[in-house]
Amino acid sequence: MLANFMAWMDKRLPLTDAWNKHLAQYPAPKNFNFWYFFGSLAMLVLVNQILTGVWLTMSYEPSGDGAFASIEYIMRDVDYGWLLRYMHSTGASAFFVVVYLHMMRGLMYGSYQKPRELLWIFGMLIFLVLMAEAFMGYLLPWGNMSYWGAQVIISLFGTFPIIGDDLTLWIRGDYVISGATLNRFFALHVIAMPLVLVILVFLHILALHEVGSNNPEGIEVKKKKGSIPVEEQSKFTFHKQYTDKYDIVDAIPFHPYYSVKDIMGVAGFLIIFCWVMFFAPDGGGYFIEAPNFEPANGLKTPEHIVPVWYFGPFFTVLRIVPDPLLGTMAMFGAIIVLFLLPWFDRGVVKSVKYRSKLHLLNLIQFSISFIVLGVLGTMPATPTANMIGIVAAFGYFGFFVALWFYSKNEKCKPVPERISH
Amino acid sequence: MKNLIKAIAFGLVTLVSVSAVAASGGAHLDKANNDLTDKESLKSGFKTYINYCLGCHQLQYQRYNRTFKDLGIEEADGIESYMFTGEKPGDHITNTMPTKEAAKWFGTAPPDLTLEARLRSPDWIYTYLRSFYMDSERPFGVNNKVFKDVGMPHVLQDLQGVSSIDEHGNVTPAMGGSLTTEEYDVVVRDLTNFLEYVGEPSKLERKSMGINVLIFLFIFFIVAYFLKKEYWKDVH
Repeated sequence: MLANFMAWMDKRLPLTDAWNKHLAQYPAPKNFNFWYFFGSLAMLVLVNQILTGVWLTMSYEPSGDGAFASIEYIMRDVDYGWLLRYMHSTGASAFFVVVYLHMMRGLMYGSYQKPRELLWIFGMLIFLVLMAEAFMGYLLPWGNMSYWGAQVIISLFGTFPIIGDDLTLWIRGDYVISGATLNRFFALHVIAMPLVLVILVFLHILALHEVGSNNPEGIEVKKKKGSIPVEEQSKFTFHKQYTDKYDIVDAIPFHPYYSVKDIMGVAGFLIIFCWVMFFAPDGGGYFIEAPNFEPANGLKTPEHIVPVWYFGPFFTVLRIVPDPLLGTMAMFGAIIVLFLLPWFDRGVVKSVKYRSKLHLLNLIQFSISFIVLGVLGTMPATPTANMIGIVAAFGYFGFFVALWFYSKNEKCKPVPERISH
Repeated sequence: MKNLIKAIAFGLVTLVSVSAVAASGGAHLDKANNDLTDKESLKSGFKTYINYCLGCHQLQYQRYNRTFKDLGIEEADGIESYMFTGEKPGDHITNTMPTKEAAKWFGTAPPDLTLEARLRSPDWIYTYLRSFYMDSERPFGVNNKVFKDVGMPHVLQDLQGVSSIDEHGNVTPAMGGSLTTEEYDVVVRDLTNFLEYVGEPSKLERKSMGINVLIFLFIFFIVAYFLKKEYWKDVH
């Protein structure tokens, strides 16, 4: 019965073939470690955001007069509305946690290097769209921090010479942030951005499966066709798209091996996620900021306007530069250098495990700088904080500059031919 | 590799501790130590709210009947003891104070308090209501140590009395109220408790559901772990 149905389907749509190509016969390196959970977890959070988002939309009212009250309506009168809302708001922060760790993984193991540059670019586009998505979503509760946070970020575009004022007017759809702004952000948040996001995720995975997964050793599992004796090749069956062109070593089918492993990862992640969501849904004031419990008020500025924590690093880069235009450029620059990472790194050895001590130290100082920038971004600006911020920003940008210089003739350890364990 | 993980762990620890300091805020606040499971305290706080606060401060997102249900008040009793202006039980807890005029009377319109406990914290409310002192410069003759030059009069003055402050900032205990200091603290604690409840009526349900979900997830994790182990036998 089922076999007949699948046969009928396969004649009309390459269902079984796609299943095999991307899951059951996809050769994944056998040595994925802890850091490789975050890709599938990002997918999980994306699905969570879309599903809870759809249900929230059913009760949310996108208007300046009704938005704030409709959130409280969801929190009080909608059955399990509070759960939907917290799943969505905690999910937003979890998305960034997971994505930052996923990017860190790419940095550590050189997953952005040739031939995975485009894969990295797609990932960065996802990150960029995700930031826009989160920024617009944060306006929707129409709390006072929503309002003033959006005010600050939108005014950044006003620093552009000549077109600045018209540009901000065009973004807001009004002379101040108003119901018009809220409505357009709602449209973009629930339709445009998610659509783009899903397409980019699709392309990200397609590009990944074209070039194949990297791994903690940075050793390719796809070897030149005919270079490996049959008895040394992986004993599993892989899709002919991969085996026609390559000899596959040290790899296992994604399904069932990594699907069961990822389920374990999902369980572990959900324990932490639910812990936060059920017992500290406002994340100590970092996931839902206190001033957002009063409605948007253009006449009442919150004591400290700081964006949500995940924008912290980029906000600090903006803030430490005294000139607004230069600050905005520095902030966008901090994202652009990440896009260009595959070309800053001129090395051929991928994994930090086989690269120079200098690279390891550079990576450590980059991680610390990024975290310090993030922490400063959630605190009020003081002269001391600015000083520390400048040092951390040097660390951040310095990572890329230094990488470009030392990676050309870097002293790396010999990389083994095969994954040893 | 190990170093990198250590460095990141260190970074996260720093992040958390710095955040903790940042979150504690400036002014010293007394601990409210209120208990959301104490229904009697919530009812008493509800009563105080209706009698002393509702005239100016609405709870416009919270309904009477939801409050009755959560606090264990029979609807008939609720209508009799808590509803005095002819609303229906399904109505929101509102008043009829005109916003514009109110802004003229007090300098600013009295805010809605549904989310006050989430905006400022229960400890803040508890401390604020116990921090009024005499100040002849202010329109209502009182000022507040937590909220300087607040527009609100000391509404609970007939309960607490009023304290005064000397030029060195020392506070003398409140005088002339109908309650002792301890009794007054209980009234304020109950009111704080009620406001924390109103800020998030589903809080207790959230926590009890959270425990069940976590128990399930721990079991699920163990099952998933052994499932993975079983499958991976043929890899190693």
